[in-house]
Amino acid sequence: MKVKMTVARAMVEVLKSEGVEIIFGIPGAAIYPFYDALYSSDIKHVLVRTEQAAVHEASGYARTTGKVGVCVATSGPGATNLITGIATAYMDSVPIVAITGQVNSSLIGKDVFQEVDITGATAPFTKHNYLVKDPKKIVRILKEAFYIASTGRRGPVLIDVPIDVQMQEIEFEIPKEIDIPGYKPKEKGHPLQIKRAVEAIENSKRPVVCSGGGVIASGASEELRILVEKQKIPVISTLMGIGCIPTDHPYYLGMIGSHGQKEANLALRQADLLIVIGARLADRALGDTKITDNMKIIHIDIDPAEIGKNVDTNVPIVGDAKQVLSEINKRISERKDFWAHEIKAQKKVLPDDDKLHPYDVLREISRAYNGDYIITTDVGQHQIWAAHNLYIKEPGTFITSGGLGTMGYGVPAAIGAKFGRPDKEVISITGDGSFQMLLQELATIKREQVPVKIVLFNNTRLGMVYELQKRRCSGRFIATCLDGNPDFMILAKAYDIQSMRIDKKDQVREAVETLKNHKGPFLLEVVISPDEPTIPQ
Amino acid sequence: MKYTLSVLVENHPGVLSRVAGLFSRRGFNIDSLAVGVTEDPTISRMTIVVNGDDYVVEQVTKQLNKLIDVIKVKKLDPKEAVERELALIKVNANSQTRSDIIQITEIFRANIVDVSKETLTIEISGDEDKIEALIELLKQYGIREVVRTGLIAIERGNKVISKSKSEEDE
Ligand SMILES: Cc1ncc(C[n+]2csc(CCOP(=O)(O)OP(=O)(O)O)c2C)c(N)n1
Repeated sequence: MKVKMTVARAMVEVLKSEGVEIIFGIPGAAIYPFYDALYSSDIKHVLVRTEQAAVHEASGYARTTGKVGVCVATSGPGATNLITGIATAYMDSVPIVAITGQVNSSLIGKDVFQEVDITGATAPFTKHNYLVKDPKKIVRILKEAFYIASTGRRGPVLIDVPIDVQMQEIEFEIPKEIDIPGYKPKEKGHPLQIKRAVEAIENSKRPVVCSGGGVIASGASEELRILVEKQKIPVISTLMGIGCIPTDHPYYLGMIGSHGQKEANLALRQADLLIVIGARLADRALGDTKITDNMKIIHIDIDPAEIGKNVDTNVPIVGDAKQVLSEINKRISERKDFWAHEIKAQKKVLPDDDKLHPYDVLREISRAYNGDYIITTDVGQHQIWAAHNLYIKEPGTFITSGGLGTMGYGVPAAIGAKFGRPDKEVISITGDGSFQMLLQELATIKREQVPVKIVLFNNTRLGMVYELQKRRCSGRFIATCLDGNPDFMILAKAYDIQSMRIDKKDQVREAVETLKNHKGPFLLEVVISPDEPTIPQ
Repeated sequence: MKYTLSVLVENHPGVLSRVAGLFSRRGFNIDSLAVGVTEDPTISRMTIVVNGDDYVVEQVTKQLNKLIDVIKVKKLDPKEAVERELALIKVNANSQTRSDIIQITEIFRANIVDVSKETLTIEISGDEDKIEALIELLKQYGIREVVRTGLIAIERGNKVISKSKSEEDE
């Protein structure tokens, strides 16, 4: 049945039909008709304090719910403020639909007030984007956007809608099916390749699974567990893959790469077969490990373009990880022994002295919560400490900007995650540098009363870079000391957020208890030494 | 090595810039890119000549396939395809050289499409080598301007690259 309505109304109707419950954004003149249409819908709108946070919040929401996250901005500066967030979502394959207002169609290309070519600007890091010129196409385009964002290798899709288009009347009808000739994601792995993979695994002596974010995105953790337990394969992960299997699983060795755990890198070096699943094996993941000719590689990925991009592959399998792994599991035999016992046994014992170390806090958090939380992190040393020391029990509960490495991601992602999973405790692990990149989101926390917990490691440094300068520039420190930090306790108070500061080891337990027992949002500042290394020596 | 890719895309605005952008962004070299609409007005065909090795062509193909507007990408085997390029060449000509140039043009089965007191403009179509050869010969007279379309190509025989995705082409 066709009904007459404005494009703006139709947009809201499609969002409703896609099951959208929440939108993050900031309005402006070029998007006001859409906002006006939103007024009379029951979709919740969260007013953020900068558009970058809107994408990160949508991302945190998407990553905890498996749904598409939606964010909105106005034209020009609103749209460009989305860019870092969109690129972050792209690199981590997070399904996002970003809607931007655009200047009047007749003025496009004339450099008028608040005009920017946002589809041009975001083309390299959106899965797809649209500039809507024909009002009649809006419904189909929005539906396509949700479909593209949430299928195959997920990612952000941007829709730019000129203000005059938003105001036009159309005959509204939701299309039943969408058919995009050039977009047919392949979910089922090729049977022959699956057979070859099974043979390669059974014939290997020292197989290793390296799992990435793709395992989590496809919900393949159970299938992965079955495979590695049947074949007794040690599991290593990329930063994005943490939680693919519980971090206390007997076969889990840790994260690989330049900031990875020694055991994991050692296993990678000694393996004769590497099974890469849903990971792109970028430079940082491989670190200085060279893939040699006598190591065979099976690469499973939903995105054919990932296979063979960074490492040569012997058995490429294009398909959804869950699908492919369950097919492999049907055919695979059982193996008797676990080859990586010795490596696992070498696990590092952390130094235990009187000083307050970040891992003291992180391990206490793990203990107190027993993994019943969603963790988000920012980027820096604290991200690596969190990756190494937190107990991650379930897939999808460790949320971090793995691909782009965007400082400022953690707190907004936590807000989004809490909206997505209000039943879960959400803890954001951040550093004093990262926190200050988007700390205005404390206002969103205050306004919406989002009970997220923030653990802020304050080393008065851009720690990760400071550490690099220490090692590589023989202590020629430049631009890494954060003098001028605010008093974070007063800052929290300004936003009505309860807080606590600790700087001694014996305060840890009580502080974590306080954090845990507090009902509303909470900021725990942990003062640590600037010289705390990422990996204890 | 040069490879010719035949790419079917949806005839939408912005597709060309996406395709061209992909090449520059990922550091692939395009030798030429020619676009035109097909028998189906909603679909355009791009013929892209890429310079690189097997890895590059594979990556280009995969990355192109990732673009939502790209319907199909096919690597053409030069032996199995007809390849053509059109060039317009404006060359200096005076009363002494004019008849030589006309002779050369005839040998190449090219056409003179414009004449002025001091120049001749020649139209030639053919594969790249043929065009290069003509340009080489005309150089001695002084070439004023060359305009080339870039290569277009089509498979020989009754094979077609169509919108429907068949497994064998992948
Ligand atoms: C937006 C952005 N700018 C710069 C960087 C480069 N960078 C990576 S880590 C880092 C320091 C992070 O400092 P902080 O958040 O205090 O964490 P710490 O390393 O001290 O734990 C910087 C500047 C980045 N990743 N992202």
